[in-house]
Amino acid sequence: MNSAVKTNERAGIDFGRALKDGVIVGIIAFALLGPLVGLKTEQNMSNELIVQNRLGLAAILSVIVGVGRFLLSAFIYPRIAARGNRSKAAATLAELEARAKLTQGLSIVGLIFLFVYPLLIISLFGVQGSIKWVDNYGVQILIYVMLGWGLNIVIGLAGLLDLGYVAFYAVGAYSYSLLAINFHLSFWVLLPIAGMLAAFWGIILGFPVLRLRGDYLAIVTLAFGEIIRLVLINWKAFSGGSAGISSIPKVTMFGIYSFDVSAPNNFAKAFHLAASSAYYKVFLYYIILMLALLTAFITLRLRRLPIGRAWEALREDEVACRSLGINTTNTKLTAFAIGAMFGGFAGSFFAARQGFVSPESFVFMESAVIVAIVVLGGMGSMIGVALAAVAMIGGTELLRELDFLKAVFGNDFNPDQYRMLIFGLAMVGIMVWKPRGFVSARQPTAFLFKRKTVSGDLVKEGHG
Amino acid sequence: MTTSLRNWDSDPVLAVEHLTMRFGGLVAVNDLSFSVGRGDITALIGPNGAGKTTVFNCITGFYKPTTGMMSMRPRDGSLHLLERMPDFVVARKAKVARTFQNIRLFSGMTLLENLLVAQHNPLMIASGMTFLGVLGIGGYKTKEREAIERARYWLDKIGLIGRADDPAGDLPYGAQRRLEIARAMCTGPDLLCLDEPAAGLNPRESAELNALLLSIRKDDGTSILLIEHDMSVVMGISDHVVVLEYGTKIADGTPTETRNDPRVIAAYLGVDDEEVEEIEQELDVVTGSEEGRA
Repeated sequence: MNSAVKTNERAGIDFGRALKDGVIVGIIAFALLGPLVGLKTEQNMSNELIVQNRLGLAAILSVIVGVGRFLLSAFIYPRIAARGNRSKAAATLAELEARAKLTQGLSIVGLIFLFVYPLLIISLFGVQGSIKWVDNYGVQILIYVMLGWGLNIVIGLAGLLDLGYVAFYAVGAYSYSLLAINFHLSFWVLLPIAGMLAAFWGIILGFPVLRLRGDYLAIVTLAFGEIIRLVLINWKAFSGGSAGISSIPKVTMFGIYSFDVSAPNNFAKAFHLAASSAYYKVFLYYIILMLALLTAFITLRLRRLPIGRAWEALREDEVACRSLGINTTNTKLTAFAIGAMFGGFAGSFFAARQGFVSPESFVFMESAVIVAIVVLGGMGSMIGVALAAVAMIGGTELLRELDFLKAVFGNDFNPDQYRMLIFGLAMVGIMVWKPRGFVSARQPTAFLFKRKTVSGDLVKEGHG
Repeated sequence: MTTSLRNWDSDPVLAVEHLTMRFGGLVAVNDLSFSVGRGDITALIGPNGAGKTTVFNCITGFYKPTTGMMSMRPRDGSLHLLERMPDFVVARKAKVARTFQNIRLFSGMTLLENLLVAQHNPLMIASGMTFLGVLGIGGYKTKEREAIERARYWLDKIGLIGRADDPAGDLPYGAQRRLEIARAMCTGPDLLCLDEPAAGLNPRESAELNALLLSIRKDDGTSILLIEHDMSVVMGISDHVVVLEYGTKIADGTPTETRNDPRVIAAYLGVDDEEVEEIEQELDVVTGSEEGRA
């Protein structure tokens, strides 16, 4: 008996104690449920109160409570306690290394998958059937991956909480729309211009607000995002007001092939293919994939340059940065401007893809989603941010697919309406179990002998 | 050393003149003038709240002094008026580096990265203000290798070369203090300002610190200004001691001179009986042993 208890203890399960817990809780439950459930008064025909004896039901309920408590004590609580102990002890270096290797392997596999994804979809669902999967999932998710990576520079590396990132997205989208419609310039000329304009607005915003820190910075950037949106709504002569701008030119294949149905050099016609918008979607998919990879490549390079190290140092300790001769205002401005530039690229792509922009697309909710992607992914981690974008955007898109739920909840049930509820629950869950995001460890940018992953516990989050 | 030919008067690297710093009605530093000799180790001492850290913050540009002039002359012979410069320019142009009373390392970055951040400005130029660096043109790679070598030199010097790739936040306290000094030295300063470098160190670490400071002065020719309460550091290695009380200078001279200054003794007497006895003992021990050696 004694030895059995010992082995159980070693295994982390103490059945004796769990049984005792279960019995005690069962008795307490019966004491409570006995009078509450077990005795019921009812009026009979002659208006007299009669006590009905339902002690059997109370006993059944008490047994359920007791068994539940037994299961909790025996299996659930020890597991929670074990997990708590493990997460409190800092992850060992070997664990961190293994995890870093895993993410590295994952990113290579992911990259290959991203390149073959449209071909895979076309071979699975046919040309016409691929539209939904390439456009709604592929392109949509990649736009947010790119936005997340752009904002990751500002929040994840430099530690500046920017809640108005969507403003730069809007600047990029409107720059492309207006310049393409009024000056008939091609997407490939306007893409860098839109990026530069967004970066310019990043600097304009940055100059006055970067003296602020933390919460104050967050509020001012939030206000800036709203100002841009309200200007777009109210300056009707410039932006078309809330009606927006429509018939924005499509992206051309570097001027060689067009995707306009009426154009003589239409892509499908030139290759004698059946007319379909799927080719354009696949083309867009590869454009946004290249843009996102460009963002990733430049960010990875910048991290290894003095400016990137200065951003991270700024996030760690701003005062120390200044004592080392780093101009913190300029450093923050570059982070803002480069982050905004990628937002501008994504914005001009968004306008070209939609063919229509209106201020409705640039509400605060968009900023919140992008910030959530960065925070969920783990601030500063590229792969984490990408995973978070897939989970958040892909997840909400998947809700539309859950038609079978209508069979359960009736025809009026629309799972998409529960988007925000699920989103909120997921956020709470992540903050409880992984408060530093999916990938919290930091990869150093230089090493003398061996690259060692830095545990997320030591990395600061920045304070504005 | 005769009174007329003191190093800090004849060849000052930093001259502070009539420095006053007021915070509202409080006068933290009152008409303070002193000089830091080139190649000297100068100690700024005084009871708690005497305004030592405020003087540091004025010198390094973190505070704008109410009145006063601070002229810094780096090795290249240029002249910089520190009271007119923002903090990061003081570090970059006037070549003044500092450490902090409560250690401010980049704890999530490795030791090597900490030392590379300190070489930000030369590396920034080498990377063509980032533009050339992103494209991979220009000599950034070689410059970065040089910067890493410089970092390796300093890690070797502070005895932390084996932990070069560990995060700075993982280091024990004493090692963090040494790393902060190495980081300040990586900016290539002419004047190194240390705010209580020996605070919280055990006697052995304190002795190591003395050796490190002496070697910094000898090998790099950097002048050192330090705030310190640990009298073994102050009396053991400093060439020049400036004593502050309530923001006013009450003594200025060699360690031996200040030790015997009645006003200095009174200032410390005014603090607390026990502390004074302690300090007197320490003074006797240190200077006694010095005299013994002489």
